[in-house]
Amino acid sequence: MALKSWKELPIGCVVSDPGSASEYHTGSWRSQRPIWDNAKCIKCGICYVYCPEGCVQQTEDGFFKADLDYCKGCGICSHECWPRAIKMVEEE
Amino acid sequence: MNIVENFDLFAPRLINKQELLSSGHRACSGCAEVLAVRLMCKALGENTIIASATGCMEIVSSMFPTTAWRVPWIHVAFENTAAVASGVEAGLKALRKKGKIDDRYIKVVGMAGDGGTMDIGFQALSGAMERGHDMIFVCFDNEAYMNTGIQRSSGTPMGASTTTAPAGKVSSGQKTWKKNMAEIMVAHEIPYVATVCPSYPLDFIRKIEKAKSIQGPSYIHCFSMCPTGWRSPSHTAISMGRLAVETGVFPLFEVEHGHYRISPDMPRKLRPIRQYFKPQGRFRHLKDDEIDQIQERVTLEYQKLMGKAKYL
Amino acid sequence: MGKRIGMEVAIAVAEAVGLCDIDMAAVYPITPQSHIAEHLSDLVANGEIDAEFVTVESEHSAMSAVIGASGAGARSFTATSSQGLMLMHELLPIASAMRLPICMAIANRAVSGPLNILNDHTDIMPQRDSGWISLFVENGQEAIDLSIQAFKIAEHKDVMLPVCVNIDGFQLTHMVEPFEMPSKEEVEKFLPPFVPHATLHPAKPVTMGAFAMSDYFTEIMKAKNEALKSSKKVILEVWDEWARLFGRAYKPVETYQAEDADVLMLTMGSMGETAQMAIDQLRAKGIKAGLVKLRLWRPFPLAEIKAVLKNVKKLIVTDRAISFGGPGGPVFSEIKSAMYAEARRPLIYNYIYGLGGRDVAVGEFVGMFDKVLADTKNEAADTYEFWGVRE
Repeated sequence: MALKSWKELPIGCVVSDPGSASEYHTGSWRSQRPIWDNAKCIKCGICYVYCPEGCVQQTEDGFFKADLDYCKGCGICSHECWPRAIKMVEEE
Repeated sequence: MNIVENFDLFAPRLINKQELLSSGHRACSGCAEVLAVRLMCKALGENTIIASATGCMEIVSSMFPTTAWRVPWIHVAFENTAAVASGVEAGLKALRKKGKIDDRYIKVVGMAGDGGTMDIGFQALSGAMERGHDMIFVCFDNEAYMNTGIQRSSGTPMGASTTTAPAGKVSSGQKTWKKNMAEIMVAHEIPYVATVCPSYPLDFIRKIEKAKSIQGPSYIHCFSMCPTGWRSPSHTAISMGRLAVETGVFPLFEVEHGHYRISPDMPRKLRPIRQYFKPQGRFRHLKDDEIDQIQERVTLEYQKLMGKAKYL
Repeated sequence: MGKRIGMEVAIAVAEAVGLCDIDMAAVYPITPQSHIAEHLSDLVANGEIDAEFVTVESEHSAMSAVIGASGAGARSFTATSSQGLMLMHELLPIASAMRLPICMAIANRAVSGPLNILNDHTDIMPQRDSGWISLFVENGQEAIDLSIQAFKIAEHKDVMLPVCVNIDGFQLTHMVEPFEMPSKEEVEKFLPPFVPHATLHPAKPVTMGAFAMSDYFTEIMKAKNEALKSSKKVILEVWDEWARLFGRAYKPVETYQAEDADVLMLTMGSMGETAQMAIDQLRAKGIKAGLVKLRLWRPFPLAEIKAVLKNVKKLIVTDRAISFGGPGGPVFSEIKSAMYAEARRPLIYNYIYGLGGRDVAVGEFVGMFDKVLADTKNEAADTYEFWGVRE
């Protein structure tokens, strides 16, 4: 995104584009990624609730996946998954 | 671990799906504080205005010209969040009364870290609570000044090593007991005080919802683990919060109009604090007798709390 | 029509602010500002104004609360003095950076230490670079007029900056003076409703006070500076309108007997009236003395100052504050800097006076002129002196 000149700044630097931080993809920070084993998943949603990024989403079939644009690979979902359905694997 | 016992299955169905704090925020990997903020927003819903103190949550969420917030949000300085929130509340009240804005009910929420609440923000908070503004103040307590590099605050627990109260040859880290902020707020005789931890999301959301439903000031003290500052792996944020609760280091309770209630998530028998201390780098230097002394105090404080819940 | 009344100036300022349909005020008591706070809370308590009065626990929280209220879209007012202003200091540049049109009355008082509750300008001078519009008044009428004008200037869509009105503590705030108080109808006609540039409301969520790093900080500072500089246009427009409606004219730099003067004196605030009497005495003796009163401190009226000073040989700048260890008083430094590049510029003398409430009598102003005129070799020019100090 091109940097704005001083003349283009909003008055008082008010940001009126809610949620625009999502333009920044924190997924690049990640050193490992979560992989779901849907055979073990009980669709409880703990991974969704505990994700600090809010990037775990429920798919139409009721299973969960992480949006890798934002997942920082913290491993909380995997650690908290009671049926052990989520495995952290190293990024290449 | 007995997660499922304490946790409703199909939790997502019970929780507001809206993400009022967007992804793309720059919190550290595995930050329990930003998770707590995310859950708080879910419980508060759209008709909320947040005033935030300077701190981790402020800088990670508001990198100009973007914002992670989907609710109205204001940051002014470090020590004055409660005063800013009280001004927002007073302004809205006047504007609503004069018919200058629509008459929907909006909850004003002040949020700050432990330093911004218990140290530098203490006076403004006390003033705002005493004046009885219709607002919630949430302290996100990660037990040190994490944003500036893990310096001690009055929220840092006895024995923890920080960059300004380090463990050394003649020092065992923090030399003082953690300030009991929830009790100080109870002493303000405000309608509602509660302690929460994001490791217990349903308890957390219920308490925020309750604070939201109360007219007048409420105070929520949120225990939120910081993997960076506590020198503990990023995946441990939730389990560490759970250990803090199960050992009685951070008991979950609420005080409604002076009546104490211990949260059902509290175990009947506390686990030894060693189990909580062991995985954290900040406590690694502590000797057995030092841990025993802290254990004694934790047990005593918990008994005092149980006593209040029994008689009040 | 407004009516002529006699009243204590601080109370009149609260009355004037009460005419402005404020939504919210947060004021913390401090001498000599307290009468403003007290009377404003009286007006709220008696239902004469429909506003929230927040009894904050410090001036820091007073400024924080009006920032919050203004962010929510409320017309917000506060007032303070001395240590209170120093406590607000941290927040002043934030209020202006957020472009919140807060109005503040300052009952100017000496800054500690030692503690002193009386008047000088040592409280406002450290706030010079905070990005606020800063106005000075000389008497009660001006205090009333500018307190009302402040809202119109601050809230103008091309300004959106906070405004402070400097009213000398005790010397003005506690004087009972006769003046004309505009009527409610006249103020309603003059002052349109506040239309904020953005508000904190769930109908349109915005982020105020975002974090900016080096990639944006310079641009943000430039934008703020340009906003403050260009506010002068609106200030002049508002003063023109005020003169049309109320017959009282205001200018960034006002003069008395200055046109043909060989030597001029520059004052700010209430000292102007005493100095004016000295000018009359000097003129009666045939000395071509004149007076310059600086009303607009920020944005600094560079062009107006240059125009007024271009033909004068000697200028006495009076300062009610000192920049310790610096080149002189803060007003002196500004004026010298303004005139430096001019081909024709006066010799500039600086007297630091009236500190901590010390009286400066008419004869002393005459004495300053005498001393400067006696300096035929110009030895004392470009230096400063503590007037009347015991050696």
